[in-house]
Amino acid sequence: MSEAEQQIKQTISDNDVVLFMKGTKSMPQCGFSSRIAGVLNYMGVEYQDVNVLDDDGIRQGIKDYSDWPTIPQLYVKGEFVGGCDIITEMTLSGELDQMFEKGGVGFDKDAADKIREANG
Amino acid sequence: MPMQANEIEELIRASFPDARITVTDLAGDGNHYAAEVVDASFKGQNRVQQQRAVYAALKGKMDGNHGELHALALTTKAPE
Repeated sequence: MSEAEQQIKQTISDNDVVLFMKGTKSMPQCGFSSRIAGVLNYMGVEYQDVNVLDDDGIRQGIKDYSDWPTIPQLYVKGEFVGGCDIITEMTLSGELDQMFEKGGVGFDKDAADKIREANG
Repeated sequence: MPMQANEIEELIRASFPDARITVTDLAGDGNHYAAEVVDASFKGQNRVQQQRAVYAALKGKMDGNHGELHALALTTKAPE
């Protein structure tokens, strides 16, 4: 196993929610990354951000790990949930709430409802 | 190098011959597209599995800094 792969596995198993993104949660550097980080921030979800721009090994490694060609990538409870389009759809449909509820991940339900109201 | 909408559709079509495929050029720059793929093979698959199959059809065009496609917003579903 490469060092990057080991690091990815460790991060995903140590944290309930992990976002591999371009930039950081407080300063995203890509519109797609920014969209997911924005949703998680607004919903008050506690998550670990990993800036793939800091490490080319992680940047390629995470694509190999999930067999998914794009970044951002969201992981909940060790499982790859999706990229920007899927998370957007799941936020609006309420599936993301259900996934957090099932996984025991804390979030602000009112904030999630507000996102849906504003984009309904 | 930018891609044309019909090239994207042809690539997807090669893997999903019976799908309903709609490709939209979002910015008019040949670089930002949206694609909707509706195919019977998606039935019973979750979104990740569906979209992974579409990415596979695009054969690496999405990959990395040198990918020909910078942005492709994907929507996938099985026919109702």
